[in-house]
Amino acid sequence: MRLLIIEDDRDAADYLVKALREVGHVAEHAADGEDGLARALDGRYDALIVDRMLPKLDGLALIGTLRAAKIDTPALILSALGQVDDRVKGLRAGGDDYLPKPYAFSELLARVEVLARRHGGRGEETVYKVGDLELDRLSHSVSRGNDEIVLQPREFRLLEYLMKHAGQVVTRTMLLENVWDYHFDPQTNVIDVHISRLRSKIDKGFAQPLLHTVRGAGYMIRDGAR
Amino acid sequence: MTALGKLLRTTAFRLTLVYLVVFALFAAFLLAYFALNTRRLITEQITSTVDAEITGLSEQYNRGGIRLLVVVIEGRARQPSSSLYLVTTSTGEGIAGNVASLAPGVLDKPGWAETAYRRLQEPEATEHHALVRVSTLAGGFRLLVGRDLDERERLYQIVAVAGRWSLAMVIVLGIVGGVFVSRRVLKRVDAMTDKSQTIMAGDLGGRLPVAGSDDEFDRLAINLNAMLERIEALMRGLKEISDNVAHDLKTPLTRLRNRCEAALRTAKGEADYRQALEATIEESVGLIRTFDALLMIARAESGEARDDMVEFDAAEIARDVADLYEPLADDKGLALQIEAPQPAMVKGNRELISQALANLVDNAIKYAAPGKHAANGAAADIVVSANPEGNRILLSVRDGGPGVPAVDRDRVVERFVRLEQSRSQPGSGLGLSLAAAVARLHGGELRLEDNGPGLKAVIALPRVEAAQGAG
Repeated sequence: MRLLIIEDDRDAADYLVKALREVGHVAEHAADGEDGLARALDGRYDALIVDRMLPKLDGLALIGTLRAAKIDTPALILSALGQVDDRVKGLRAGGDDYLPKPYAFSELLARVEVLARRHGGRGEETVYKVGDLELDRLSHSVSRGNDEIVLQPREFRLLEYLMKHAGQVVTRTMLLENVWDYHFDPQTNVIDVHISRLRSKIDKGFAQPLLHTVRGAGYMIRDGAR
Repeated sequence: MTALGKLLRTTAFRLTLVYLVVFALFAAFLLAYFALNTRRLITEQITSTVDAEITGLSEQYNRGGIRLLVVVIEGRARQPSSSLYLVTTSTGEGIAGNVASLAPGVLDKPGWAETAYRRLQEPEATEHHALVRVSTLAGGFRLLVGRDLDERERLYQIVAVAGRWSLAMVIVLGIVGGVFVSRRVLKRVDAMTDKSQTIMAGDLGGRLPVAGSDDEFDRLAINLNAMLERIEALMRGLKEISDNVAHDLKTPLTRLRNRCEAALRTAKGEADYRQALEATIEESVGLIRTFDALLMIARAESGEARDDMVEFDAAEIARDVADLYEPLADDKGLALQIEAPQPAMVKGNRELISQALANLVDNAIKYAAPGKHAANGAAADIVVSANPEGNRILLSVRDGGPGVPAVDRDRVVERFVRLEQSRSQPGSGLGLSLAAAVARLHGGELRLEDNGPGLKAVIALPRVEAAQGAG
């Protein structure tokens, strides 16, 4: 994936570029808002990582200008301002996701990959399939092999989100934001418990587990046989 | 600034001056009106008596001719009075009367005239003024009757002098009064200014003087004192927070540093380093959490979050939060039950209220004991409920755990306060503080009550009447 990091803090940017290259992405760096905008305008990136406060051109203004120029490269906003209303402002300005500093790299990576993939054009299918697990979004039914699986509404949404991003790491905060619509830290491992419940319903009794824990990052649903 | 200059610049003094001018103008107008009217009245009186006398004397002339007229005139002229009489021939030669000389030309014109004159038997130099009427009699004789105007002028003078004096008195008294009032005002304002300067200089415990007279200065001082009280409380709070922040952030920071140093000193291989680094990251996550919670509380307390308040159903929030925590409770062998039978509309920040309630549920799960049902006949270990009660919506979490002793209930809401028996549990000690700050932000309160046994934590929020047709 081609990524552009627009961040004025040299150390933070170097760290990000290096870490993203290590996991196999092409990462470039722009040190201020104007440079970042100039580079992002030709639209050859899969995703942008934009610091909120930048010299010369503010991060939100940068995204606003891009959107006005009909460039819809997904943008992840990084900000030291973690408040809910800052988040809302960022998304309203045209950002696609918002990550408060300080962040864990695994969190940033998972979010950027989901953003870039979404942009890649995987349409909104009505049936998600991972291995022999099937989820029908219209009839709200889930089955694995020949067995019907009965899920609670919340479990269904959890699985739906995981399957929508099958093969990608999904972090706990992403689940909390997208499945529960909460943007606070619940302090305890509530998400883990929900996942283990879900796991007991879809993986228990099957030889091939589909719902995997990614250590230090989050969860991923994928066909283990691939 | 000189004392006098200061005095002259006071609002009280300026107001006095304005009133002074207004009153002086009013008094002057009144006196002028009075004087002019008096004068007119006297003139009218003179003209009517003179008219009457001329009519009477003309009749005497008509009845007895010039001789009778002369006799009558002589008789009247001898009596001491302010009246003037003169009868002349058609050429102006005096026949009878008490007038020695007149201004020239007065006799030639019949009708009213004001003239200077001199009486008979008076020295040459004396001169008076009179209002006279000249009329021509049938035989060509001229008759002049008049009144001296001295009386009128004297009265006019008296009024004018009285006017000048009273005006002077008004001005003098006004200025003296103004100075007196301004000095009193100035004294109190100076006292307040002095005090506020010492407060600004750092004496935050100082208060403005209140005279106890319950006037506008006292009210102002009382209000300003209330404001100072609030500022001092905030400052105290701020100091407390920074002390606590220093303590609660420095403790984990020290741990962090010690761990790194220990790793550098004792680590034998990659595995050891990895373990130390992972522990370091774990520790920093805890630090960030504490920091976030503090920021959240600060934000709730600053009232900033009031901007994005919307109306929503708190029962739904209770269901959602319960739904989020139910598996966690279940994992610990606790039954969690939700009681939210009817819509409970509140206005507020949905996210903050969710978090506040989540903190309470999180606490309950930490401390509740399996099988020890939350009282009040509940069959579950933890009961989350949302119920309207009067004009409040009560979001409550009840558990059958050890509870909080009555003496500690106020204290546990404070930041970073953790009771001895809870030290072993994970947590920042900020959960209840945040819940309390969120409740206050919404004009409500956090109450901790005895659930006998266990704890009943209640967030009471102002109720909003559900819109028609909703729910």
